[in-house]
Amino acid sequence: MKSLSLNQRAALLSLLILAVGLLLWEAAIPAQKAAGELTQYELLTGGGAPKAGVPPPSEIFAKAWEQLSNPFYDAGPNDKGIGIQIGYSIYRVLSGYLMAAAVAIPLGFLIGMSPIAYKALNPFIQVLRPISPLAWMPLALFIIQDSEASAIFVIFICSIWPMLINTAFGVAGVRKDWVNVARTHELGSLKTAFTVILPAAAPTIVTGMRISIGIAWLVIVAAEMLVGGTGIGYYVWNEWNNLDLTSVIFSILMIGVVGMALDSAFGVLQRAVAYAE
Amino acid sequence: MPIKSLGDPFKPETDLRHGAECGCGDCRATAAAHVHAADASREAMLERAVESAIVRSVFGHNELNRRSFMGMVGGTTFAAALASVLPLDKVKAAILDELGPPEKPDLNIGFVPITCATPIIMAQPMGFYERYGLNAQVIKTAGWAVARDKSLSGEYDASHMLTPMPLAMTLGAGSVAEPYIMPAVENINGQAIVLSNEHLDKRDPQQWKGFTFGVPFEYSMHNFLLRYYVAEHGLDPDTDIQIRVVPPPEMVANLRAGNLDGYLSPDPFNQRAVWEGIGFIHTLTKDIWEGHPCCAFAAPLSFATELPNTYGALLKAIVDATQYASDPANRKEISEAIAPTNYLNQPVPVIEQVLTGTYADGLGEVKVVPDRIDFDPFPWHSMGVWILTQMKRWGYVEGDIDYKAVAEEVYLAADCKKIMEDLGYEAPDVTYKSHTIMGKTFDPMAPEAYVDSFEIKRA
Repeated sequence: MKSLSLNQRAALLSLLILAVGLLLWEAAIPAQKAAGELTQYELLTGGGAPKAGVPPPSEIFAKAWEQLSNPFYDAGPNDKGIGIQIGYSIYRVLSGYLMAAAVAIPLGFLIGMSPIAYKALNPFIQVLRPISPLAWMPLALFIIQDSEASAIFVIFICSIWPMLINTAFGVAGVRKDWVNVARTHELGSLKTAFTVILPAAAPTIVTGMRISIGIAWLVIVAAEMLVGGTGIGYYVWNEWNNLDLTSVIFSILMIGVVGMALDSAFGVLQRAVAYAE
Repeated sequence: MPIKSLGDPFKPETDLRHGAECGCGDCRATAAAHVHAADASREAMLERAVESAIVRSVFGHNELNRRSFMGMVGGTTFAAALASVLPLDKVKAAILDELGPPEKPDLNIGFVPITCATPIIMAQPMGFYERYGLNAQVIKTAGWAVARDKSLSGEYDASHMLTPMPLAMTLGAGSVAEPYIMPAVENINGQAIVLSNEHLDKRDPQQWKGFTFGVPFEYSMHNFLLRYYVAEHGLDPDTDIQIRVVPPPEMVANLRAGNLDGYLSPDPFNQRAVWEGIGFIHTLTKDIWEGHPCCAFAAPLSFATELPNTYGALLKAIVDATQYASDPANRKEISEAIAPTNYLNQPVPVIEQVLTGTYADGLGEVKVVPDRIDFDPFPWHSMGVWILTQMKRWGYVEGDIDYKAVAEEVYLAADCKKIMEDLGYEAPDVTYKSHTIMGKTFDPMAPEAYVDSFEIKRA
C-alpha cells in the first residue's frame, strides 16, 4: 500500500464505495416474479409485466448502453436520441450564458470602478437577483412569443447576477497601491483597466462565471420540463410521463455528467488566470 | 321565411341577434333587408352566415354599436374597408368551394399526450394529414397553459385543446382575449373518476368530505364534471373538497404519493393507475353525461382567415381521422400507432384497454364498455352553452353572457357540417339539442334558468 500515492488510494476507495453501493442497491430490489398462467384480469392489469418502480442498477446500465450506443437517432419531433437532447440543452445554455457574460462583465466593471454607479444600481440588483428564473418563464413566453427564445432568456437572466456581482466585487477589491502605481506611471484609464485591474480581478470574475454556468445548467432542465419540445429536461419529463424510472435515473446521471464537464472546463480556466501575488 | 340572423350585416337596420325580441313593425318595414326564400339557397345562406359572424365579431357582438356605425358610415363603405383587411371572399371560398392547394403545407400542431388527442395524433403516423396535402408535425406539449401560450404566440398553427378553452380564451377568462375557433370536437366520453386504493370502501361521494382531487385544467370538462358530480351529491366543490390543477402525466405519481385522494382525468392515466395497482375506476364520466364532449381541435381565428385552404385541408384531415377512430374495428390498430415514445409514450395494453373498452376496473372485474371513449367531431352549440352555464355557475365568468352568441362564434358547427358532408358522413341539421346530465335535463334555450336551478353555485 505504501507504494500508492494519496490520489490513487482515494480513487480506489471511491471505486470500492461505488461497487458496494451498487451491489446493495441491486440486492435491495426484489426480482419480478415470473408469470405463470394469467387470467384475463391479470393480463389487463399488467400481470407479470414489471410495475413502475425503482429499477436495479443492472437495468440502468442496460438502458445507458442502449441509449449511448445510438445517441443521435431521430424518430420524429418528440422522440430523439439522448445526444441530440443534450445538444439542444447545451446550445440553449451557452447562448443565454454568453449573452449574459457580454452584458454582466462590462457592467460589473463599470459598477466596480465607480462607487456612484454601484450605489445607484445596487437596489435594482438586489431586487432582481433573488427572483427564481422560472418565475420569468410565463412573462418571457408572453412577451417574446417564442419558447426557444424564452428558454434562452431564462438562462440569460439567471446567469447574469453572479457574474455581475463577482465582477464588481473583484474590480472594487483591486489593491489601491496597484492602481496608484499605474497612476504614477501615467497610464490612461483604459490601459489601467486592461493591464492592471483586469488581471488582478480575473480570478474573482472567473469564479462568478463558474457559479453562473452551474446555475444555468440547473435551470435549463427545469425550464425544458416546463416548456417541453426538446432538450434533456424534456427527455426527463417524457419518461416521467411513462413512469419509466430507469430512463429517468439514466437521464439524471447524464445531467450530472454534463454539469460536471461544464464545471471542470471553468476549473481549468480558473487555474489559468490565477497568479501569485 | 326570413331568417333574422342571416340578414345583411352591412345594413344598419338589420337585426342580427339570435332570438332577440322581434320589433315587428321594424321587421315589416325593412322586409327587403331580410333574406327571402328566393335567395336563401344553401350557398347564399352559408355566405351570409360567414359575413354575419365576422361582422358581429368585429363589433364584439354589440348590436347597438354595429347598427349606429353602419348608419353613420354606410354599409358599403364598411364592407369595402373590411374587405381590405380581411379576405372575406377567401374565407367564404374556403368553406364553400373545393379547396385550392394549401398556402402553408408545413404545420405544427400541439397536443397533450392523452388518448383524447387520438385523432390529432394518429393523423400523422396513419397518413391523414398527408392525404390532404399537409406536412404536419404533432408536437408534444407539457400542459394546457403552455399549449394555450404557444397557440397564442403562433408557435402552433392549431392545437389540441379542451372544449371549454376556446370559449374561455375568446371571453378572455384566464388569458388575454383572442378570438378562437373550434371547428371540431375530438372525443366524447373517455374520462373517469379514479380513487386511490386506500378508499376502496368509500364509494359513496358523501364520504369524500376533505378529499383532495386533481383535474387537468381549470377550464376543462374534467373540472366542470367533477364539480357537477359532487354537487349533485350535496358536496360543495369549493369548501367540502379541494380541487387542484395537476397535469395529467403527474396524476398517477401524485396518487401514489398520497397527495391526491382521487382525480377526474383523461386516459390513459385512469387506466394507468389500475395497471400500476394504485387506484381503481370509481365511475366513467359517460355515466355522468352520456356523450359529453371533452377535447377539441382549435385554432386562432386568424389561421382560418389568413390561410383558408390550409384550414380547410386540416379540418378535413381531422374530421376524417375522427370518423376513422369512431369505428370500433379500427381501435386496436390505432392503439399501436399512437403508443410509441414519439406520441403517447405508454404501454400498448394500457392504450388498448382505453380505446377498446375492455378493461380491468381495479376492483377485480373485467368490464366491457365499447363506448368508454368515442370520437365525434360535431361541435354542438348546445354543448358550448352548457359549458358557459357551468363557467357562470362557478364564477369563472361574471356578468351577463350572451350564451348562444359566444357558443356560435367559437364552435363552428357549419364548417364541421360542411366538411363532414363533403367526406360522405352524416351531419345533424340542427346545432342545439337538450342533454341529460345525471338525470337532469338541460334546455339550451333557457341557460340562465338552468344556472339558477342549482342549489350549490357561486353566481
